[in-house]
Amino acid sequence: MAMPNPAKRVTQGQFSFLPDLTDEQILAQIKYALKNDWAVNVEYTDDPHPRNTYWEMFGLPMFDLKDPAGILMEINECRKTFPDMYIRVTAFDNTHGWEAPRMSYIVNRPSSEPGFRLHRQNREGRNIGYSIDSYAADKPEGERP
Amino acid sequence: MDKGAKTVTGKDRYKSGVMEYRKMGYWEPDYEPKDTDIIAMFRISPQDGVDPIEAAAAVAGESSTATWTVVWTDRLTASEKYRAKAYRVDPVPNSDDQYFAYIAYDLDLFEPGSIANLTASIIGNVFGFKPLKALRLEDMRFPVAYVKTFDGPATGIVVERERLDKFGRPLLGATVKPKLGLSGRNYGRVVYEALKGGLDFTKDDENINSQPFMHWRDRFLYCMEAVNKAEAATGELKGTYLNVTAGTMEEMYKRAEFAKELGSCIIMIDLVIGYTAIQSMSKWARDNDMILHLHRAGHGTYTRQKTHGISFRVIAKWMRLAGVDHLHGGTVVGKLEGDPAMTRGWYDYMREEYNPTNYENGVFFDQDWASLNKVMPVASGGIHAGQMHQLIQHLGEDVVLQFGGGTIGHPDGIEAGAVANRVALECMIQARNEGRDYVNEGPEILNAAAKWCSPLKAALSTWKDVTFNYESTDTSDFAPTATPSN
Repeated sequence: MAMPNPAKRVTQGQFSFLPDLTDEQILAQIKYALKNDWAVNVEYTDDPHPRNTYWEMFGLPMFDLKDPAGILMEINECRKTFPDMYIRVTAFDNTHGWEAPRMSYIVNRPSSEPGFRLHRQNREGRNIGYSIDSYAADKPEGERP
Repeated sequence: MDKGAKTVTGKDRYKSGVMEYRKMGYWEPDYEPKDTDIIAMFRISPQDGVDPIEAAAAVAGESSTATWTVVWTDRLTASEKYRAKAYRVDPVPNSDDQYFAYIAYDLDLFEPGSIANLTASIIGNVFGFKPLKALRLEDMRFPVAYVKTFDGPATGIVVERERLDKFGRPLLGATVKPKLGLSGRNYGRVVYEALKGGLDFTKDDENINSQPFMHWRDRFLYCMEAVNKAEAATGELKGTYLNVTAGTMEEMYKRAEFAKELGSCIIMIDLVIGYTAIQSMSKWARDNDMILHLHRAGHGTYTRQKTHGISFRVIAKWMRLAGVDHLHGGTVVGKLEGDPAMTRGWYDYMREEYNPTNYENGVFFDQDWASLNKVMPVASGGIHAGQMHQLIQHLGEDVVLQFGGGTIGHPDGIEAGAVANRVALECMIQARNEGRDYVNEGPEILNAAAKWCSPLKAALSTWKDVTFNYESTDTSDFAPTATPSN
């Protein structure tokens, strides 16, 4: 059984409900980031836990690369290196009052998205403590593909 | 308008008896407001025969040191400093009986960090003043020195986005409907379906507290089951605004603590709890990593009419100081009052670091927010997926778009309603970023997505003719405005 949401996949990011972005569409989004003077960053992980904030960086944010095609090459390099991982593109805004990501969208996914296990722990009264595990991160890191 | 009246000085100023306000020092046309003054701008409608300058001076007097007669005890104080000074009175464009009166207040008139103190002065007494037919507080300018006495929003737009890991698009929400009558278990079903379907938030309505049909603890427990289950189903962080509004502060703290214990990322309060209660809940939210949602319940009683009351832009400023993270600000295109230009004005008050004067949008002063966190505006009330291009055009990217009926009323169910809204949003943001003319091509962009997304197709066909084209009552005096049609 697939993940039980209508998109049947992890829905993080700006464009998870759309069909996978083509290279041309990714290029258009990169241009938007560059137009706003934001630095594009590529990150990957095999653990899409919603609170897994720090995905691994595929190099540093491309502060000085202003060529959209060059940035797309970096994205594709990451896809080639980690074809079965989640890869997201983030754009950082360093202007005062933001100094934070302004875009974030997924550009690569593993062939299977096993989803998450919800743990419930009975507590005092009717309270339940909840936690979530990624099935994808069930095995020790050294044994994952 | 008699602008020439001079302030009486020396011994004569303190002769017992009644003296016109404008002669007592409350009308100072040559006064140049200091950078540290608080300035209020009122729309005054004097009674027939009352000079507008005297009316403005009376407002200045009654909102600062004056009473109806001269008192000698003024002479024990640095009274010239404490007198509010009306320094400018302009006729309102296209009106023959209304005036804009600018009044400056010295910073020392106010206690730091207290909206209650501020409002007790500025709106405490003057709105029932007999020489005026009507009075409206249009705008205020707060000096940086005063702004810095407030903590401001507990979380703010930037940290809310970081905490929820949601960037580059408006957030999506829905208010659970029906507003009243659902049991806790049934209520949580709506929350689960909407969040799993693609919304970021669901919301308690303003009048959902703890009624016979649903005890608040039941609601909180079932809602958090729904939130956690939806997070596991999507891999995305979700939230539901648990309304902690109650009869006493003690009860509100109790409910907020329970929400925290259950792991909720956000709680909600209603404007009707009062300014001090709002500030208290903001402090609590700041101490407990909680996003604080404010529903502006009741504001329409005093914000809507142009001649009397308080403009919503002033409420928006007070609430940014008071420290809420979310504030309802209108939809422009939905079912509730909201002129596009006026709405833009108070959205800017919530979201910008600095507001330059812009009369067209009702922004009468430059306002520096001194790095106070930004408030996330919330657009809720009679909006649907087919308006997505207009919503983004009018409201921008940093906003929560709340489709209550527009999610729950979807012919194929709540989840389908959520999908329709999320797909409409994502395809419109994609098109905007690609540089397309998304405002004019909006319907085309939505129809293209509806070809592969049947829930969107059903939403577009269900609500295609729904518009709310009524004249706004709260409009700009400086430029013609119109409510957009669909």
